[in-house]
Amino acid sequence: MATRCQFESSSEVGVFAQLTNAYCLVATGRSENFYSIFEAELAEHIPVIKTSVSGTRLVGRVTVGNRNGLLMPNSATDQELQHVRNSLPDEVVVQRIDERLSALGNCIACNDYVALAHPDIDRETEEIVADVLGVEVFRQSISNNVLVGSNCKFTNQGGLVHPQTSVEDLDELASLLQVPLVAGTVNRGSGVIGAGLLANDWSAFCGLDTTATELQVIESVFKLRDSQPSNIVNELRASLVESLA
Amino acid sequence: MATEVQATFLPQHTQGQVLCCLCGMGIAPNPSNMCVNCIRSQVDITEPIQKKAAVMWCKECGRYLNPPRQWIVAQPESKELLTHCIKRLKGLSKVKLVDAGFIWTEPHSRRLKVKLTVQGEVLNGAILQESLVIEYIVETHMCPDCARVAANPNVWNACAQVRQHVPHKRTFFYLEQLILKFNADANCLSMKEIHEGVDFYFSSKSHALKFVDFLQTVVPVRFRHDKQLVSHNEHQGTYNYKYTFSVEIVPICKDDLICLPQRVANSLGSLGPIVLCTRVTSSLTLLDLNTLRTAQIDANAYWRAPYTPMLGSRQLVEFVVLDIELLGPAHGKHALAEAQVVRASDFGSNDKSYFVKTHLGQVLHPGDTALGYDLTTANLVDPELERCINKGMTVPDVVLVRKSYEEARRKQKKRGAKRAWKLKRINQAGVEEDTPSEAGPGRKGRRDEGGQSQDDMERFLQELEEDPEMRAKVALYKDGKYAAAMEQIAHRHAMTEDGEEEGDLPEVPLEELLDDMAGLQLDDGADGSDGMSEAPMAD
Repeated sequence: MATRCQFESSSEVGVFAQLTNAYCLVATGRSENFYSIFEAELAEHIPVIKTSVSGTRLVGRVTVGNRNGLLMPNSATDQELQHVRNSLPDEVVVQRIDERLSALGNCIACNDYVALAHPDIDRETEEIVADVLGVEVFRQSISNNVLVGSNCKFTNQGGLVHPQTSVEDLDELASLLQVPLVAGTVNRGSGVIGAGLLANDWSAFCGLDTTATELQVIESVFKLRDSQPSNIVNELRASLVESLA
Repeated sequence: MATEVQATFLPQHTQGQVLCCLCGMGIAPNPSNMCVNCIRSQVDITEPIQKKAAVMWCKECGRYLNPPRQWIVAQPESKELLTHCIKRLKGLSKVKLVDAGFIWTEPHSRRLKVKLTVQGEVLNGAILQESLVIEYIVETHMCPDCARVAANPNVWNACAQVRQHVPHKRTFFYLEQLILKFNADANCLSMKEIHEGVDFYFSSKSHALKFVDFLQTVVPVRFRHDKQLVSHNEHQGTYNYKYTFSVEIVPICKDDLICLPQRVANSLGSLGPIVLCTRVTSSLTLLDLNTLRTAQIDANAYWRAPYTPMLGSRQLVEFVVLDIELLGPAHGKHALAEAQVVRASDFGSNDKSYFVKTHLGQVLHPGDTALGYDLTTANLVDPELERCINKGMTVPDVVLVRKSYEEARRKQKKRGAKRAWKLKRINQAGVEEDTPSEAGPGRKGRRDEGGQSQDDMERFLQELEEDPEMRAKVALYKDGKYAAAMEQIAHRHAMTEDGEEEGDLPEVPLEELLDDMAGLQLDDGADGSDGMSEAPMAD
């Protein structure tokens, strides 16, 4: 199920939180409301961590991560890094990278297997992304916009891209990512998908302005209708059995 | 090879579809990502626009009020009216007006309906176009012009009684021109000519006060005001008054000869004491004839120690200049000179000549005629002068005041030439009706006064011709009949071949004149018959 929420009267929830299949980072706000929504939904399955990154609350926009790892910008403090490392499971690698385009969340979008990156990103960063997150990195732009992290959001199940994306681009991206993609909007017609939406394989959070129609699109493309965290384990197990057999 | 150069890859770009974020209908993506219907239901670009407005319309003359006080003529359903209506509307600056037109309404419904089509930017830059109908209520509101016509002139609340205690009316002719030029009589209900003055009636005290303020700026005056209780309501504590302003103009005019009281002369640095008044504005300009020093006396200073003229312009006598010799350098317009003059009436009968000091050194030449006061024969009754003579002051025999153009004017009049310009006159409808009743006892005396008034008017016109500074303060209009009349004179002269030169008669340059407006109606009252007889000639 997709949940509508708001961070201190802002609907851009993707800015203030980072959600992956293995963990969730949430910004420290004045009230506990935002955090408690995530906690209620996710705490049984994955750790939900309250943190700031480089002293700001823009957790979702300056970090990028997936099940395998988490990348933080160079400006993140040692304390924050230590706090995140302590809170995350041991198998998640946390790394700070020295990248000029420090809003990593805006410049990189990824799921557990593939990542799209800003065309101007450093080669070294690209390598680190590939190593730490265990993904294949493609330099891409979405509907003539280089900020791929802002303009799309995709998981292992599916993805939502900016509404102005042409059909050809959509096909190309879908074949790169190997997941179904759809052009859509969040927050009552906003095209900035990355800022308005947080999603992993079994849950999603979007801004309070998101309409029922948008919610329906999100649920169907991210396959959230009957998804449960246990489904993934079952699927994995099935495929493992299949490959071993 | 050529094909390789040309082969730039152009990716195909097919616009996809997104769902309208509200209704879920598939639409091409737009900045707000909503279908048109949903946008319409969400935002109203016509919201800031006033949907109802009122326009003020004068029932009498059919004009519309363009606030604050302009009244414009506009036909129903005309372009002007549409512009006026749209300008009246608030909130139109927030949207872009694309089209506007009237929707027909019954004239007696007192409604105007205007259909506007506006474009506005909504949400994230999408542009929406919408039409709306604005209803204007036409409210009747009588314009001040019509109100003035319709007003009962007998109902007045304030009266300004302007008086000048002098034997001529030139100041009032001048005042009339100033009032016309500055439109100071806009609020005046009626005016009535009275002996030595005029009464102006107003509907409110503030109008009268404004008028008195105007007078203070153009002539030296003093005034007092009084009120008379008409009625009062003791329950509400309201009082209804009639106000009267008594305005007295300083009784000194241009060309008057004055003997200043000792104290005044001393306070002005022993000016005079025999001085000539050369200019009257909101203050008096006095000229000492012996030293050419001038002094400005404002109304306050005058009324602190008032004095009256020793001789007025009625007593001016014509002199002929036999010889003139400059005594010093020029002082502005004036230059001190010594002239030998004889009375024009004495010319040929005796050899009595006078040596006089005059300020007209630059103006007069031997052979010219000048107007001046003959103090040898004048009947002077002035206590100040008596005192001065007792102290040992010698009174000059003759005081020259200004150059005379009488001869040249007489010649020109004989030729039948007339002025190229005219003045507007205030229509004093009441005056003509009032005069016969007032002139009960002596009808002859009244007629004399009428003749004198015409003389005063003529003198006033001459003053305008002679004095450019005074002329600058009043509005002169071109006389339409002038060209035709001059042509006729030229024609007559060509037949008689009378090559007569007319001297250096001061004239008003044509470029100073204003074009006569059609509705000016310059022909009234005094020269009405004159105008009628000449009208066919002009055509």
